[in-house]
Amino acid sequence: MKIKSVPLIVSLLFITFFIIFFKGLKNSNIYVPNINYEKEIPSFTTQFFDTNIKINSDEIFKEDYYYLINIWSSWCLPCREEHRFLMELNNENNLKIIGFNYKDNIKDAKKFLDELKNPYSKIFLDKDGLIAIEWGAYGVPESFLIYNKKIIKKVIGPLNTNFVDEIKRLIK
Amino acid sequence: MKYLRFFTIIFFIFVSQISNALENNLEIKITKNLRCLICQGQSVHDSDSEFANSIKTLVSQKLDEGFTEKEIYSFLKDKYGEWILYNPEFNKNTYFLWLLPILMFLLGGAIIYKLFIFKKKKLY
Repeated sequence: MKIKSVPLIVSLLFITFFIIFFKGLKNSNIYVPNINYEKEIPSFTTQFFDTNIKINSDEIFKEDYYYLINIWSSWCLPCREEHRFLMELNNENNLKIIGFNYKDNIKDAKKFLDELKNPYSKIFLDKDGLIAIEWGAYGVPESFLIYNKKIIKKVIGPLNTNFVDEIKRLIK
Repeated sequence: MKYLRFFTIIFFIFVSQISNALENNLEIKITKNLRCLICQGQSVHDSDSEFANSIKTLVSQKLDEGFTEKEIYSFLKDKYGEWILYNPEFNKNTYFLWLLPILMFLLGGAIIYKLFIFKKKKLY
């Protein structure tokens, strides 16, 4: 009786592990950040795009106003694709678009804006990518919708018509 | 006297080298324990992506500011979630992960004990 319980336990264990690993096969192992909860905006100091004036993040964001943070770069192709959506959102009255220029050459960035027009009300520099880390971003482009100093929506990758509609609905 | 001076100079050179190496070691240790989020399967230390390079800069900057290893981990965990750490912490989501090897070891031991040692005792 005692010796018979051993194969039983072993086979039970085998079955449980099989089920666990089999289910694990279907799980995605690609990093997806948690975008479902509101988070306070980080505080940091940054620098204006075309001047050397430094500014604290607390001065950038006012309460009771919608801001769209967009992390972009002239070398990033998806940024080029999403640019027309930013221009579209620029027409909204109660939304300000703030750009963070990620690890870019200023000359190239200016050329990029001359070519495609500038949707940003303010642009700040992020030369070594440290501000992007403060935001919890891990690539370009990424966009954050902010209200009352809280991140209420996070878009990873380029904007598209769905996201633009959702942002328009949120700020109404 | 001459030799003494010579050896003290050599001693100080070595000491400074060691402390330098220690600082670097900590930085390497931390970046090796961070997952590069856009190049899956690589650590931040091994990767040369924009994201990994930023994290490396951040880690060395935080170490200069006097942050400890744990503080850097918790900072990054707050920003990116637990996924960024290769060494997950012991909490209710990871009980199973941490305790499973011990459980398996005990169970295997019990089976071996039962099958071989227990049998032998009976024979005598």
